[in-house]
Amino acid sequence: MADAQKPKKQIVPKKNPMPAQDPAVRSRNFNEVALGYSPETAIAEAGRCLQCKNEPCRQGCPVEVDIPAFLKLASEGDFAGAIAKIKEKNALPAVCGRVCPQENQCEKYCTLGKKHEPVGIGRVERFCADWELAKGVKLPEVAPPTGFKVAVVGSGPAGITCAADLAKLGHKVTMFEALHVAGGVLMYGIPEFRLPKAVVQAEVENVKKLGVEIEVNSVVGKFATVDQLMEEGGFDAVFIGTGAGLPYFMNIPGENLCGVYSANEFLTRTNLMKAYQFPEWDTPIKVGRKVAVLGGGNVAMDAARTALRLGAEESWIVYRRSDKELPARHEEVEHAHEEGVKFAFLTSPTRIIGDDNGVVKAMECIRYELGEPDASGRRSPVPIPGSEYTMEVDTVVVAIGQGPNPLVPRTTKGLEVNRKGNIVANPETGATSKPGVYAGGDVVTGAATVILAMGAGKVGARSIHDYLMAKKSAK
Amino acid sequence: MYRILEKEVFSPIIKLMVIEAPKVARSCQAGQFVILRIHEEGERIPLTIADFDREKGTITIVFQEVGKTTEQLGAMNAGDSLRDFVGPLGVPSHIEKFGTVMVVGGGVGIAPVHPIARELKKAGNHVIGVIGSRTKELMFWEDKMREACSELHVTTDDGSYVRKGFVTDVMKEIIEDRGKENINLVLAIGPQPMMRACCNLTREYGLKTVVSLNALMVDGTGMCGCCRVSVGGVTKFVCVDGPEFDGHEVDWLELARRGAYFREEEQKARERAKEKHSCQCGCGGGK
Repeated sequence: MADAQKPKKQIVPKKNPMPAQDPAVRSRNFNEVALGYSPETAIAEAGRCLQCKNEPCRQGCPVEVDIPAFLKLASEGDFAGAIAKIKEKNALPAVCGRVCPQENQCEKYCTLGKKHEPVGIGRVERFCADWELAKGVKLPEVAPPTGFKVAVVGSGPAGITCAADLAKLGHKVTMFEALHVAGGVLMYGIPEFRLPKAVVQAEVENVKKLGVEIEVNSVVGKFATVDQLMEEGGFDAVFIGTGAGLPYFMNIPGENLCGVYSANEFLTRTNLMKAYQFPEWDTPIKVGRKVAVLGGGNVAMDAARTALRLGAEESWIVYRRSDKELPARHEEVEHAHEEGVKFAFLTSPTRIIGDDNGVVKAMECIRYELGEPDASGRRSPVPIPGSEYTMEVDTVVVAIGQGPNPLVPRTTKGLEVNRKGNIVANPETGATSKPGVYAGGDVVTGAATVILAMGAGKVGARSIHDYLMAKKSAK
Repeated sequence: MYRILEKEVFSPIIKLMVIEAPKVARSCQAGQFVILRIHEEGERIPLTIADFDREKGTITIVFQEVGKTTEQLGAMNAGDSLRDFVGPLGVPSHIEKFGTVMVVGGGVGIAPVHPIARELKKAGNHVIGVIGSRTKELMFWEDKMREACSELHVTTDDGSYVRKGFVTDVMKEIIEDRGKENINLVLAIGPQPMMRACCNLTREYGLKTVVSLNALMVDGTGMCGCCRVSVGGVTKFVCVDGPEFDGHEVDWLELARRGAYFREEEQKARERAKEKHSCQCGCGGGK
């Protein structure tokens, strides 16, 4: 049959492998794990794309990148054209090429992937973005000024995307960031070895070049409320993208002992404050000999892999379901395995035990078995009575999830939130219950991915533009 | 960058700085704090606001040199700039007319107590001020406190100034003298052992006591939970739920232990900075 159809192109069944640091070496340093394609490999990988007519990959991209078009350009060696095509839709390609869960998005729908391995879309995207960053970035066109001012609260993936899109449309955008550096979770959360901070800052600089002003050290809800920004600050609209900055704890005894960190604290000390360079950098961190990370998501994998790099002899993921239910990206779990992270599945702590100085020394755990599927379709874990045992640990990192940071919702009049504290926003438009105020990303959806937040930032920008244009014609 | 406009040296280890920070000054209230960072490689440290001037757009901080960052800060001068300065953070003090309020400041805690005393008096309270320091050399702002309070009592641990005794000795005398029913609220700020001692005293009299806690922090916006403390058996974040709490409910032992967890590293950083520092430029040893 294949012969009869005469395929236009030679099928290359396997992805070009991503060069990576050796696991034994990298598990002890903070340098980036994946080293990136060479130009030749990028051309070859992009050339694997069948350029099929129905373009199923595009439905998998939350920011609507024209994937076949950029792959075609890249396959011809026109990297400048390829990155320009990507940037029509994606303000952070060097970030997305690294941290997007492509296997659940574009690559999941790739036609080639039905029988073979899908095109390494993310890897080619990363190559094109890095190629451009190295060469110097060509700025996209910016529309003439509209005279409207928009405040973007939070400079993570949702905020940056929204700000960049609005700036390109000619609006004057100010982005407020609570920490001392822009980037949000890309700076404080995702580790250097997965996403170098220099890459994030290069992307932030590009957004600034579009005319976006960034005010760091500015906690909205504290120095000014959203209402004050609109009434006194002269902002015509506000986008809230403040993320999932509220750590959840287990609520078990011993959680306030020394040596118990939230994943946010553990990662923020390491990534944002560069504790791995202590004492050259001032902020310290302690890991001890044996670390237990509670949880099975990407954040848990990041924490467990970070612990090894900080010098822990053993780093354990303690997860109450089995390996099949791990919510982390497949690649992250694989990398963790390769680096020597150990897994205690069907296990959960019941209490954390301290020494005479109030420092963690052990964790009492109980074993679980999988019962009937719950509402989410996952088999729910059931504790096995009498299976308690003690695990000696020096450090515990709680990585069981984050909620929305309440600072902005609590201080904004008339802003509707749900039971969990997430801002209620129309998924089609990002509109909140408050006129002129839009929201998107983790503060709306709960902790999710970088790219979904970016998609929400894009939707917010479009709606804010429509809102402002309607306001203009009403004048 | 945030410019240091004025510097005042109260003692070799206690210093005042007026910082240009209009964004913080426009909205801050008594009881709130800021987080600052001196240089790019610096740590983020919280300091309670000692005073502010909305019109000039300035914030006053008073700090005691206890570690690397505060020592480096102390070596800086008017005209120098801080890398980062963010606030106002935390919940403002609850100000209303309680009646008679005893406001207690110990050591460097006199500074953050000052704006709260002033606001309480403005709200119509009779404010009994009690301030104490280890020794005469470490006493400051007696004049400002006298103005902010309705009456002021001063003591030193070693008796080198006014009288000898801890603030708790003075508090006890006042409570006994006036009668516990004639005091409606106590507010105490200072080193942890002093606040704890104040709470132990007032518990005997059933006098509600508010304290302002100092905890280790990273972001200061509720994101990391480094500053968590048990209050009445419930975990609270000092940065967003506090810094003020009912002192009788605070788990002081846990707070002290969590605060000391990085002592070894702090010591190491401090010694390293001292060794490295040979220049006279006021950089405090840089990184």
